[in-house]
Amino acid sequence: MTELINRILSGMSPTMPLTRLLITILIMVVSAAIVLAVSLLYEGFATYAERKVAGDIQARIGPNRVGPYGLLQFVADGVKLLLKEDIIPFYADRWLFIIAPYIVFTVSFAAFVPLSYSDHVSIANLNVGVLYMIAISSVVSMAILMGAWGSNNKWSLFGGMRAVAQIVSYEIPIVLSLLAAIIIPASLSMRDIIAYQSGGLGIFRWLVFNNPFTLIAFFVYFIAAIAEVNRTPFDIPEAESEIVAGYHTEYTGMRFAFFFMAEYGDMFVVSAIAATLFLGGWQIPFIGGIPMPVWLREVLQVGVFFTKVFLLIYVMMWIRWTLPRLRVDQLMELCWKYLTPIALFNLIGASVWVLLLHDRGVYDIIARVFTR
Amino acid sequence: MTNADEKFMQVNMGPQHPSTHGVLRLLVTTDGEVLSGVKPYIGYLHRALEKIAERVTYPQFSPFTDRLDYLASMNCNLAYAMTVEKLLNIEVPRRAQILRVIMAELNRISSHLIAFGSFSSDMGAFTPFLFGIREREFINDLFEIACGARLTYNYIRIGGVSKDIPGGFIEKTREFLDYFPAKIKEYNELLSYNAIFIKRLANIAVISPDDAFDYGITGPNLRASGIKWDLRREEPYLIYNELDFDIPVGKGEMGKTGDAWDRYMMRIYEMEQSAKIVRQCLDLLAPGDYTAKVSKVLKPPAGEVYVRAENPRGELGFYLISDGSTKPYRLKIRAPSFANLSIIPKLARGVMIADLVAIIGSLDIILPEIDR
Repeated sequence: MTELINRILSGMSPTMPLTRLLITILIMVVSAAIVLAVSLLYEGFATYAERKVAGDIQARIGPNRVGPYGLLQFVADGVKLLLKEDIIPFYADRWLFIIAPYIVFTVSFAAFVPLSYSDHVSIANLNVGVLYMIAISSVVSMAILMGAWGSNNKWSLFGGMRAVAQIVSYEIPIVLSLLAAIIIPASLSMRDIIAYQSGGLGIFRWLVFNNPFTLIAFFVYFIAAIAEVNRTPFDIPEAESEIVAGYHTEYTGMRFAFFFMAEYGDMFVVSAIAATLFLGGWQIPFIGGIPMPVWLREVLQVGVFFTKVFLLIYVMMWIRWTLPRLRVDQLMELCWKYLTPIALFNLIGASVWVLLLHDRGVYDIIARVFTR
Repeated sequence: MTNADEKFMQVNMGPQHPSTHGVLRLLVTTDGEVLSGVKPYIGYLHRALEKIAERVTYPQFSPFTDRLDYLASMNCNLAYAMTVEKLLNIEVPRRAQILRVIMAELNRISSHLIAFGSFSSDMGAFTPFLFGIREREFINDLFEIACGARLTYNYIRIGGVSKDIPGGFIEKTREFLDYFPAKIKEYNELLSYNAIFIKRLANIAVISPDDAFDYGITGPNLRASGIKWDLRREEPYLIYNELDFDIPVGKGEMGKTGDAWDRYMMRIYEMEQSAKIVRQCLDLLAPGDYTAKVSKVLKPPAGEVYVRAENPRGELGFYLISDGSTKPYRLKIRAPSFANLSIIPKLARGVMIADLVAIIGSLDIILPEIDR
């Protein structure tokens, strides 16, 4: 993104500072609009996919009325939610109630920024990309509590308390397991991490296969990530059968839709982090080494990245429609008694591995033995 | 409100709540997630059925019994028909008796399927619910063949059944019986032996045999506490004494005897037994009258009679007083769910909100029967 702006600006005379500023702002707005459009489209199709996957698992058909194969169902849903009456409860804290869904949505949208979709497609190649993601996803818990408290509904408050307790707890195993992967490429930039995973047919140098500790870290991360996005079996903050709809009980229409879309946005983000850090991001498997035009490579890379992300999202949906829900204390028990210690010792193990073997993974060692 | 009360929060669970199985209102006193007391309030569905009984003739009340436990209408019809027959000393033909057993047991299966399904969705797994509905649909089709209705059948009438079964019913029922055992296996794999499910239910809300007697608990809930009491065995009616079936009792397979998991599992076991009973009845079915000769106007002699039958949810009893006219003088209905509900405040002390949902679901109460 910054490179793009610099490249365009370098062709212009440096004597027009105002024009330069305008063009910079224009490019930023356009790219933000593109990301917003893509993420909204993704969220729409994700809800469609969720319903189709659910239908498939539950021995029924799923949406098939609106558009071919029901593909336009999400448009109908969106229109319906927009046209619904926007109810703000009389005793609600209006200010908190109104602002909470926007924060939740903005945050989930902001998390798309540092992702590296291919070698050259990314909004911003932050050198602290992973840290940024972790930081920004924590803001969600604050916004959820705002909405829950602002609703002035006891069930909402229950949901909000549960959500915050859960998200804050699960941040710890998430960070610890991500660290186990990050110490190998020794970078927090998404692009650098993916670039590090090149070679080995585009598969075997994935960080998940780097050493046994990263493999464990991947599974710890994925379990914790499901909890982070509040999905079954960890969906206690919005456990329908217990606390109605949790923190968004009082929300209607488009405000509810913001919470709903943010959930799918978060699913994308946590899956994208998993794909980036553990599964080689946009590294094209098998045919990555063949020379090909740049545009084709970029398209393939974007395709590969999205395929990996969607596969992980599919696994989340699959789990959701198969498993029952944990109880709130069992959820905390899982986090503090199992995932956190495992992640911690795993991090120590990974550190020792890096200390002894530097960044050489299992594949590098095997490859060296064979080439000798 | 005193100072001591301010420590606790009072929440209304219901009458509009996803998991109170209808319009049950529970006034819940909580200290965070832990409940300190639950007070059920009932009557939202009161239709004065017992008073209506005094205003209509004996056969006219039969359709009202459909509306008692609407998931097991056949069983309610059966108990009422047996009550009036006992008062009138009517001998029911053998074919009608066998048909009654077939219908009652098929309805038991379909009722337990809903119990299984709604319980699973209370526990956060929505898929088993639709699986349960899928098999129940088959039984509904069978009932539709037999009597034309899919929910409130009014098929079992005073003296016999309303009409003989049409051709094809027996074949279709056999088809169902061949298909059903595989599905029960599927339920067990999907839900019953799921680790999360067991963790949620084992040792939760244990009903000791003494408590079960004290609170008048009947049906699968009583048997789950390890007491072998089933009216089909203890006071055989119809042709149950000729049939070979087991009475499953709770053995505490996953925890203490009489816990929520045992109560859940009783229903799975009973479905297997009911399928076995239906299979035997189909073999016993011989040509004959489907109803006894009953006069158009029923004028039973003055007197009183109490008849009880084993319903899917426990003992359904009708206490009928006749003054010799065409209308009952008084009809008292002993609804199993009412007694089963009464133990909730005792079980729900010191448990968590999620456990309260498990308690309601495992007791499998149905509100129209409680409120009448």
